[in-house]
Amino acid sequence: MKKAASLLVLAIMLVAFSGLASAQTELSLWYHGAGNETERSILLGIIDDFNALQSDYAVVLEEFPQESYNSSIVAAALAGDLPDIIDVDGPVMPGWAWAGYMVPLNLSEGALDDFLPGAIGTWNGDVYSVGLWDAAVALLALESTLDAHGIRVPTLDAPWTGEEFDDILEQLQATGDYEYALDLGMAWTGEWYPYAFSPLLQSFGGDMIDRDTYLSAEGVLNGDEAVAFGEWWQSLFERGLAAGTSQDGADRETCFIDQTCAVQWNGNWAGLGALEAHGDDLLFLPAPDFGAGSTIGAASWQFGISSASENPEGASAFIEFAIQDEYLAAFSDGIGLIPATSSAAAISEYYSEGGPLEVFYGLSNEQALVRPVTPGYATMALIFEKALADIANGADVLDTLDAAVDEIDQDIEDNGGYGFEM
Amino acid sequence: MTSAASARKNAPIWVRLLLPRDAPLYQRNDAVMGWLMALPALLILTIFLVIPFMMAFVVSFTNQRLISPNPAEWVGFRNFERLLTIRNFTLEPERDDSGAIVYADGEISYPRLREFTRNNPDYPELDGLREFTSWQSGDNRTVILVGDVVFLRALINTLIFAAVIAPLQGGLALLLALLLNQALPFINVFRSIYFAPVVVSMVVVSLLWRFIYDGQNGLLNTILGMITFGNFQPVDWLGNPYTAMPAMIAMSAWQAVGFHMVIWLAGLQTIPVSLYEAAGLDGAGAFQKFRYVTWPGLRNTAVLVLIVITIQAMGLFVQVDVMTRGGPLDATQSVVFQAVQRGYDKQDIAEGAAISVILFVIVFTIAMVQRYLTRERS
Repeated sequence: MKKAASLLVLAIMLVAFSGLASAQTELSLWYHGAGNETERSILLGIIDDFNALQSDYAVVLEEFPQESYNSSIVAAALAGDLPDIIDVDGPVMPGWAWAGYMVPLNLSEGALDDFLPGAIGTWNGDVYSVGLWDAAVALLALESTLDAHGIRVPTLDAPWTGEEFDDILEQLQATGDYEYALDLGMAWTGEWYPYAFSPLLQSFGGDMIDRDTYLSAEGVLNGDEAVAFGEWWQSLFERGLAAGTSQDGADRETCFIDQTCAVQWNGNWAGLGALEAHGDDLLFLPAPDFGAGSTIGAASWQFGISSASENPEGASAFIEFAIQDEYLAAFSDGIGLIPATSSAAAISEYYSEGGPLEVFYGLSNEQALVRPVTPGYATMALIFEKALADIANGADVLDTLDAAVDEIDQDIEDNGGYGFEM
Repeated sequence: MTSAASARKNAPIWVRLLLPRDAPLYQRNDAVMGWLMALPALLILTIFLVIPFMMAFVVSFTNQRLISPNPAEWVGFRNFERLLTIRNFTLEPERDDSGAIVYADGEISYPRLREFTRNNPDYPELDGLREFTSWQSGDNRTVILVGDVVFLRALINTLIFAAVIAPLQGGLALLLALLLNQALPFINVFRSIYFAPVVVSMVVVSLLWRFIYDGQNGLLNTILGMITFGNFQPVDWLGNPYTAMPAMIAMSAWQAVGFHMVIWLAGLQTIPVSLYEAAGLDGAGAFQKFRYVTWPGLRNTAVLVLIVITIQAMGLFVQVDVMTRGGPLDATQSVVFQAVQRGYDKQDIAEGAAISVILFVIVFTIAMVQRYLTRERS
């Protein structure tokens, strides 16, 4: 009898405790960075802080490998099984927002005032996602190389002109010291092509799509400016100035470190490795200006709220909590990303004043242009990638760009304008 | 026979199965038992193969997207039309005011095709078509315009791939099997070595061969350079439109040759030794033994190997995805790669489904033709 009574007390206590624990509503968070320990520990740190500092919500992390993250989200959406908070790659966000996977953020007034433009994901006038960091691309070169050949060091205000850049590549190639004067990273198939190369097209005055209407690429991707870009692009490979589409991934990683290429078009994430190899001699230079300005791509992974969430306020509260400067700086220090605010950059290791990667913050802030903000981007990006690869391999420039335009326009038409007024 | 027994005999199968009887189930009706045993496999095949294919068939007549708030609509044969449109078009030379043909660099100069295929109200039927190939006919140029150049290339590439790899891989495998079908010491070691690539994932094999085919310092270029004392000019195997497909065929043949070798070996071992002995007594040489004993004995194995290789070849995907992504200049596009790229990457699931349906029809036809050609003739 006594034993039964004590069991009963135990049972009551158990129920009471579990009741206490569930006083916090659970919010699930899906993240794309499975396998990266540093990223995980920083993110878990933010989650633990959030869960400890308020009693309404408890965020629970679930990680996916990057390669299968997007398809996991799509599958979950089709199955009606989305988590509360998702992270989303910047250019993909409009697609998910349009499809109804996401709802706009509900952040307090002014929360994003100091943010880099590329870290804010806007669609249809609403902010759907915000990034704790951004990424940027620059030309990597050695000061000693430029000095030795009497080449001027370009600045943000006075980048190399297109002609100047071309002459420099010819000059460096002619030295015979390098396999290729320029490494564009052609081995990185996929999103690298539109992310890294569409800014060069924009600098010529073209683009992937007419950003006024988002309904057609006619005249923009196959106009005179785009053709001029295409001719120049093709000539880089014809003249043997850059490695083509069959470039080996290992060459991409090591050519600048080993100095078998003189100038490299690469992201801030590669900056630390290059710094280790070359120290003070290393320069991060802005993109050349081919006539319509010097520009680079923007937007990296960002956080947003899924439409399936029953607690969007809670999800918003977590995101607002996560975008504090100290966390932005923590991610930057941990994995080398560009902090999304200037105040976070100031307290970060690499992007503070005098920090080794400081220049990238300036690039992101001054020059960054987000990739076309349309649900059609995912398809457009692949079409663009194929066009650039074909042109690099010697296909007729105008015909290839025409075909890309036709395919993009067809896709937009098939999708009823992707939410834009037809 | 009692009336109860005869009633049972005339009852439908399911009644007979349910009625209690002395004999155990498996003795009652072989056919029923057979179906029962096949049931799990049939169920799985239906759920994961038949139903998805039916769905793909239905979806291929719609404009269903992978991610979209727009409801799917019936579009009839639109997806198939886009993929399969082929037209020929005669391009007339440019003429100056006097009507004489204009020459540029000694060659007849023609207007650009885009003047006809893009927004030209006089040629609405050509709108959006692209040149697949063209040739000279008199002063004119005959151009084959198609709705989907990439798909057509993919289709032709895949057919070429299958046509080359079926005899190549099957023949090599048979050669290996004949060599290994001997009672030599350590023969199992060799069998394992040749079988090893089959066990390794195709993704890994493809990655390794990308290094081997590297245009600058790849293993293949290095070896060819060494045996020619440096006279060999390095070839960018996967970066050159002319070598990319042969390189892929060679690598694919190597990867799966061990699998078919094992099937040939199994076939070889079913041929009774007494037949060889009898042939030997009749004075048959090694070749004659192969021609009149081995080959007829391998008949069914050959049919199996041929059909399996062809079907696998028509599904060419992983190598393309990992090594070239269809490039350079569409030299290695394949049908399945296009189905996946359009269905998932470009999110046009209806078009991906249409490609799958076309592939199904082709594979089915090829398999039927092969069945017919290799049938038992009495």
